[in-house]
Amino acid sequence: MEQKRKRVKRAGHGRRVVAYIVLAVMSFLCLVWFYILFINATRSNGELGRGFSPIPSTHLLENWNNLIQGTLPVFNGLFNSFFIAITSSVLTVYFSSMTAYAIHVYDFKLKKFMFTFILSVMMIPTQVTALGFVQLVDRMGLEDNFIPLIIPAIASPAVFYYMKQYMTSALPMSLVEASRIDGASEFRTFNRIVLPIMKPAMAVQMIFAFVGSWNNYFTPALILHNDKMKTLPILIAQLRAADWLKFDMGQVYMMIAFSIFPVIVVYIILSRYIVGGVALGAVKG
Amino acid sequence: MNKKKKRAGTARYNKWGYIFLLPFVIVYVIFQLIPLIDTIYNSFFENYRSGLKQIGPNFVGLANYAKLITTGDLPTYFANTMIMWVLGFIPQIVLSLILAYWFSDPSLRLKGQRFFKTVIYLPNLIMAAAFAMLFFTLFSDSGPINSILVGAGIFSQPYSFFSHVGSTRGLVAFMNFIMWFGNTTILLMAGMMGIDTSLYEAAQVDGATSSQVFWKITLPLLKPILLYVMITSLIGGLQMFDVPQILTGGTGDPNRASMTMIMYLNNHLYSKNYGMAGALSVILFIITGLLSLLVYRMVGGTADDSYGKPAKRSRKAERR
Repeated sequence: MEQKRKRVKRAGHGRRVVAYIVLAVMSFLCLVWFYILFINATRSNGELGRGFSPIPSTHLLENWNNLIQGTLPVFNGLFNSFFIAITSSVLTVYFSSMTAYAIHVYDFKLKKFMFTFILSVMMIPTQVTALGFVQLVDRMGLEDNFIPLIIPAIASPAVFYYMKQYMTSALPMSLVEASRIDGASEFRTFNRIVLPIMKPAMAVQMIFAFVGSWNNYFTPALILHNDKMKTLPILIAQLRAADWLKFDMGQVYMMIAFSIFPVIVVYIILSRYIVGGVALGAVKG
Repeated sequence: MNKKKKRAGTARYNKWGYIFLLPFVIVYVIFQLIPLIDTIYNSFFENYRSGLKQIGPNFVGLANYAKLITTGDLPTYFANTMIMWVLGFIPQIVLSLILAYWFSDPSLRLKGQRFFKTVIYLPNLIMAAAFAMLFFTLFSDSGPINSILVGAGIFSQPYSFFSHVGSTRGLVAFMNFIMWFGNTTILLMAGMMGIDTSLYEAAQVDGATSSQVFWKITLPLLKPILLYVMITSLIGGLQMFDVPQILTGGTGDPNRASMTMIMYLNNHLYSKNYGMAGALSVILFIITGLLSLLVYRMVGGTADDSYGKPAKRSRKAERR
């Protein structure tokens, strides 16, 4: 008996070692690219040409100065990306909560139809409507404008669905009724009573919406053509399309780092909520 | 009496349901529904530019569809997309299953779980365009990877990753794998946590080994979630664009072997060949529509325990 337990324990021990090795290898495969990126952003074009070295060099500032004085409007890109991401993510969580509230709290004729409709269009990719979308933007004269990248965020079926699930588990109807008895208007009830309860779900979805918009390349590339209006992913694509061998490679790495590292920093600060949020979406009853 | 009054009281509020729905409906109709109808309408017209001359729009019926299929472009690009998806998905689902099993196995008592989960989820949030550009520079002929491989004596001269079909497709698949396995792991783990622990205890009492537990208990109970993960990943895979677009500079080279369907659509949109772009969009719409119908039936038809997953998975579909 004693022997058997020991054997089981040893087997468990062996599995644990294997698990740690696999996890270490996968962590390495996830992180090594960003390490190389950081190292290479600190090296000059000449050093980069001489081959790879795992040790950082001293040209970080020089590459940075070259990049911001170069031809790519990186600060415009940063501002545009940030502006679009923040406004669209605020709109998406606010209005998705509102849509979810309409379906969750009220009882009206088209309720069931609307719910079914939103669920069934949830998986339609934005790419399949891109042609009509571009033509529409053309007709409205909204090319080189942020509006077609921000306003559509109001209608986001996936975020709606998440909010609806969260409301089902976290918003008791008695609270809404109590607020009505206190004489609050429906808008006030939604803004003052319901939204604070939705905060955790809104935070999670806002992070995802922000990152989604920040990283989006397909749609903005179809709408924004003026250099001053372009977002970071479009500038990256432009860098790729240019005859990149003529580039100062230190600058190229700096530009990539410039687009990637802000998200990594935010992720490190908020990682607990983000990873929790992914799981939350899956467990939530 | 009292009951009736109460019902009348709530009914008074119900018009607010329409008011709160209004922003969604207006924006959805303008920016999604009208473009969708326009796209379908366009697919029946010949409408493109030939040099400086504008051809069409002339009604041609289903000619655009026929052209797409018979010229062989669409089947080729569909095959490319599927090959790269499968190459990335198989290692992803296998590894995610193993990791999720380890993470949720209490007898293993893995330490640093939060750290590992944070690390493996990280690539999912990285801008795909920038990540692809990074891989392009790292794997270029004079890039660091070649410099390491040649330095270590593995190759005598730099290997041209982007002029070989296998290595280009492999890199696209590898990037998709790295970007999505953390997400899948966390999803599957949440599914495993939902399995009744008394089943595991019973198996342990009966003397089942951990691999028996995995094959006989965990996997069968996880089947709905696995199926769900697979279909949503497939929908996301059909939308593969950013990574191969940036990696190959939009050409899909070598030999257009890494050209995906959305890259093909993108090319038609840029060259303003609206007829072909429309037909291609409609075909994509039908394929994803059929696939989402499956997802919808899995989600909508079942009880509460499968709720919640689509919200985040379709996020994946949107972001590919």
